[in-house]
Amino acid sequence: MTTTSSAPTTGAPVRPATVKRSKSRAATWIPPVLVFLGVLAVWYAITYLILDEKRRFLMPPPHEVVAAFFDPATFLEIVQALGRTTMVALVGLAFAIVIGVLWAVAMSQAKWVERSLYPYAVVLQCIPILALVPLIGFWFGFEYPARVIVCIMIALFPMVSNTLFGLQSVDPGQRELFQLQRASRWTVLSKLEFPAALPAIFAGMRISAGLAVVGAIVGDFFFRRGEPGLGSLLSTYTARLRSAELFATIFVAALLGVAIFALFGWIGKRVVGKWYDFSAN
Amino acid sequence: MTIAPSPVAPATTTDQLLHFDDVAMTFPNGTTALSGVSLTVNRGEFVTVVGPSGCGKSTLLRIASGLTPATEGVTQVDTNRIGYVFQDATLLPWRDVQSNVELLAELNGIPKATRKKTAKEAIDLVGLSGFEKHLPKTLSGGMKMRTSLARSLTLNPELFLFDEPFGALDEITRERLNDELIRLFTEQQFAGLFITHSVSEAVYLSTRVIVMSGRPGHIVDEFPVEFPFPRDPDIRFTAEFAELCGQVSHALREGHS
Repeated sequence: MTTTSSAPTTGAPVRPATVKRSKSRAATWIPPVLVFLGVLAVWYAITYLILDEKRRFLMPPPHEVVAAFFDPATFLEIVQALGRTTMVALVGLAFAIVIGVLWAVAMSQAKWVERSLYPYAVVLQCIPILALVPLIGFWFGFEYPARVIVCIMIALFPMVSNTLFGLQSVDPGQRELFQLQRASRWTVLSKLEFPAALPAIFAGMRISAGLAVVGAIVGDFFFRRGEPGLGSLLSTYTARLRSAELFATIFVAALLGVAIFALFGWIGKRVVGKWYDFSAN
Repeated sequence: MTIAPSPVAPATTTDQLLHFDDVAMTFPNGTTALSGVSLTVNRGEFVTVVGPSGCGKSTLLRIASGLTPATEGVTQVDTNRIGYVFQDATLLPWRDVQSNVELLAELNGIPKATRKKTAKEAIDLVGLSGFEKHLPKTLSGGMKMRTSLARSLTLNPELFLFDEPFGALDEITRERLNDELIRLFTEQQFAGLFITHSVSEAVYLSTRVIVMSGRPGHIVDEFPVEFPFPRDPDIRFTAEFAELCGQVSHALREGHS
């Protein structure tokens, strides 16, 4: 009964809705594609119209960059470096997430902890990490652990500040609801504050994910020991004036950043998107 | 003395559930929210407090529930089964209706099977069957309030505190929920202390209307409401109802000036 009566009424608006959706999908894709084509055009113009042949290495044309990337030897080099950098970034990010969340939870539990620890989170954010990188090398060696540590230091602050903000943004009425049942501090944390903070935590993760990639590359760029990551590769290609390869590596590094950012955006949506609307804020 | 003729609450029960004696509340910043409030809520009563905004009506509930202790006077609560419905539904957005309604039982350590059953009953009582799996963001304001009511009902409260629960709802939803509340009151036999600033809602719902003055809030008048339960929605259009509303409004104005 209900299917026959509801079918004609719902059937009509379905079609314009899909048309609208495909139109809006086109609307989201066309502008960035146009910008991309524009950038390519400007790039070619610079390479061939502005730079003379001797200085063309400063900006090799896009097709040479692509060709350099797919050169078997270079490709292997870049992909291996990409793998190592990704590992460092993900491990560093994992540490930054765990340390950041614990740090924020500790601060949320007592005002005096927050007062004692928050300034240091800010200091961590403010000191130029590059200044510390050599020191980290001294202390932890110039290999894997040092790279991860640089990564953590760069990626930590957004996790701390976002988690703390999330934990503290719980609606006072909801707090009182728990208070009326004499809920323990742990119960309030696990059943109220932490779930309420999840959207903010995921927002922090997305920012930290991008920073973790930066950290992994910076660490690698400085510590050029052990197996090369993207940072070492950038520095090697620069030194050898292999600009097409340099450009290819830069793009791969950029794509890695975007991919990790998108990955955490996706995970966040999967976990809290059902009840939280990210686009609203 | 002012117990309404109710088919449920036996007229003989006069045992008190809540008693304020000369209660006053002064906040740390020096604002006096309440002064000299004496009030008793007995079993079988539905007491409504009306007053201008900021007269400390909500503070009264916070004191009764133990959220904020009064700075002066005696507060006596003779039950530990207290339901509290806030101005907002205060649902947890990541939990569906079923799981939101289970929350209080969960916080009290009641085993899963039991609380599931209690929650189901409460959901049926407020007319939300079929919406168990819905998340709060998909519910209308009225449905959120029903969920909030159901959540408190799982505690099987003897004393039910309502802090302007329907203030944010539209007139139609509000009237419907008023009728539901009356039904719940007659079926579940809790005592109610209901805060509102709507005079007609106060008169319609309660066995007794208490009028409070502006800050610092104190009780200026009290009106027994004798209409029988369950209440016929049409009493709202009777002359007696209008007259009682007029008296309450008058007392409100007097207390305000």
